[in-house]
Amino acid sequence: MLKILKYSFFDLMRSRWSYVYFVFYLALGFVLLFLNNDLNKAVITLMNIIIVLTPLIGTIFGVMYYYNSKEFTELLLAQPIKRKNIFMGQYVGIALSLTLSLVLGLGLPFVLYGLFRSTAIFDFILLLVAGSFLNFIFVALSYNIALSTDNKIKGFGYAILMWLFLAVIYDGIFLISLLMFNEYPLDKFSLIATMFNPIDLSRILILLKLDISALLGYTGAVFRNFFGTSFGMVVSMFILALWVILPVFRMNAKLKKKDF
Amino acid sequence: MKYLVLIIFFISFNIQATTITVCKTCEIKTINEAVSLSKDGDSILVKKGIYKEQSIIIINKSIHLIGEDNAIIDGEFKETIIKVTANNFSIEGLTFMNVGQSYTKDFAAILVSKSKHFILKNNIVKKAFFGFLIEKSHHGEIINNKISSNAVNETSSGNGIHLWHCSHMKIQNNIVSNLRDGIYFEFVKNSTISNNISKNNIRYGLHFMFSNNNVYFKNEFKNNGAGVAVMFSKFIIMHDNVFHYNWGMASYGLLLKEIYDAQIENNTFEQNTIGINVENCSRVDYNKNKFIRNGWALKFSGGCYKNIFELNSFMYNAFDLSYNSKLNSNRFEKNYWSDYTGYDLNKDGIGDVPYRPVKLFSYIVNRTPEALVLLRSLFVDIINFSEKVSPVFTPDNLIDSKPLMKMIHD
Repeated sequence: MLKILKYSFFDLMRSRWSYVYFVFYLALGFVLLFLNNDLNKAVITLMNIIIVLTPLIGTIFGVMYYYNSKEFTELLLAQPIKRKNIFMGQYVGIALSLTLSLVLGLGLPFVLYGLFRSTAIFDFILLLVAGSFLNFIFVALSYNIALSTDNKIKGFGYAILMWLFLAVIYDGIFLISLLMFNEYPLDKFSLIATMFNPIDLSRILILLKLDISALLGYTGAVFRNFFGTSFGMVVSMFILALWVILPVFRMNAKLKKKDF
Repeated sequence: MKYLVLIIFFISFNIQATTITVCKTCEIKTINEAVSLSKDGDSILVKKGIYKEQSIIIINKSIHLIGEDNAIIDGEFKETIIKVTANNFSIEGLTFMNVGQSYTKDFAAILVSKSKHFILKNNIVKKAFFGFLIEKSHHGEIINNKISSNAVNETSSGNGIHLWHCSHMKIQNNIVSNLRDGIYFEFVKNSTISNNISKNNIRYGLHFMFSNNNVYFKNEFKNNGAGVAVMFSKFIIMHDNVFHYNWGMASYGLLLKEIYDAQIENNTFEQNTIGINVENCSRVDYNKNKFIRNGWALKFSGGCYKNIFELNSFMYNAFDLSYNSKLNSNRFEKNYWSDYTGYDLNKDGIGDVPYRPVKLFSYIVNRTPEALVLLRSLFVDIINFSEKVSPVFTPDNLIDSKPLMKMIHD
């Protein structure tokens, strides 16, 4: 498995797209900090971008890599290697290289602009942790989709739809249900509803650290009491981890039965 | 004529002020004793040392109580330390500590009642319950004092500078911290509050009730539990104040309730949960204020009429404006909005497309506060954008028809 991981990882590291992705984050970080020198403000802007972009790129990369390396994968499958090892190696390779691009691309400019001397360091680290989780989650989800459909176009379509659902449509349904059930106490509901969407969960996690909690009023109190404590932090990290583990499990279950 | 001059000379000689010195080794060892010995116009010089005294009462004596460095009066948490009812007196340079605390009586470091023309200057009050409590007095000056306490909750704490039924007062250069209300005005007229710093108070930095015709300027209000509250008052002028870091569930930079004919100019509101919360206020002019990174820059509730907002800068607030009734006949013009995305073809510095300060999301949040959970979500950005392109829910008439393209610099 390690060999395959290494192979996919270096394959991706050599590929143009990884560089483009890395340079994009690097440029983003520098431009943001160039436009305003305030690290705190830059963290807020970055959050908006990371929350939307990381899942999207993770999804597309995952699907693309699976379909592109399909022939090579089939070749590997003919060898006496466990299926699980092949696919897990590939999965971890992609997710890791994307995460590396993210962490290095954003980390470098922020470190150069004096992150270690700033109070924003914890927010920034949380941001990177959430971004990395989103990478792992969305690559896993897209691999699931790619494994389930052999048709490339369909696979891409489903993957984009999945991203669209979690990034936009879910929030729309959430908002409409909040408006519909206005009369009922909604704090517990909204707490649970955010749990079911990794994008929402990481957004709330970062927002509460950025002290927007005070705006949230009564709901904010419920949220802050939950996420603000170390217990809430552990729980939300656990749920994010669950969002990685469950798709990976499904991937393995699917692998066993799949006829290549 | 000669006799008259002589008589005047004689009289003035006769009542010439003397200075009574109080110290541990002097003939007069307590301030109480000195006060009872003093006559009109006398000065009492308190030398360095700790004096454990309370209830020093000055009645109808125009005396000057002056403390040297480190002249400390320790109230031992028992009572009001000095009570004054007199005209033309002054208290300077003393340090007061450990004022009595009570749930039923308002103990203070200095209680001034029914007095005129007095000066409280350069005093320090530590562990105050009330700092200076001033009632039914006029023409006083409170300058350069430092008042602090360690207030924990509202019921067991007092106010820093508390004025009740006063007029023509001048409150300047004071620092008040960790009290219930920093500065409290009730039924006070024609007074000015300037250059004070009021911070870390558990309720309001400044609390204003039924006090007309007052001016306050160049004050700093920082990190107070609920910010500054100005209520039920007319003809108030507020300018060049800074309200910042009043951040919390029920915090405001400035809370205005039932305010009429006021002017609010050149103030800075930075990082407050709500910059200005406006309730039932009419004919208020807001000019050249800066709203920076607040949760809500402005929040209106109740009937607010004929308010004018001109040349203000709204920068990076989560919400610029929120309201829950119709905002009739309020005018927004020539403000700078950091969210404005319009263009300026003729380069006159004024945007060609009107700006709508109320976004769809702030409208939704007003109806369903829980929806705030979705702040900064992509979906919210999308609906805000579509609402901006073709407004359906947000009111048509609430616009800034001449938004500025560039921030206003002073």
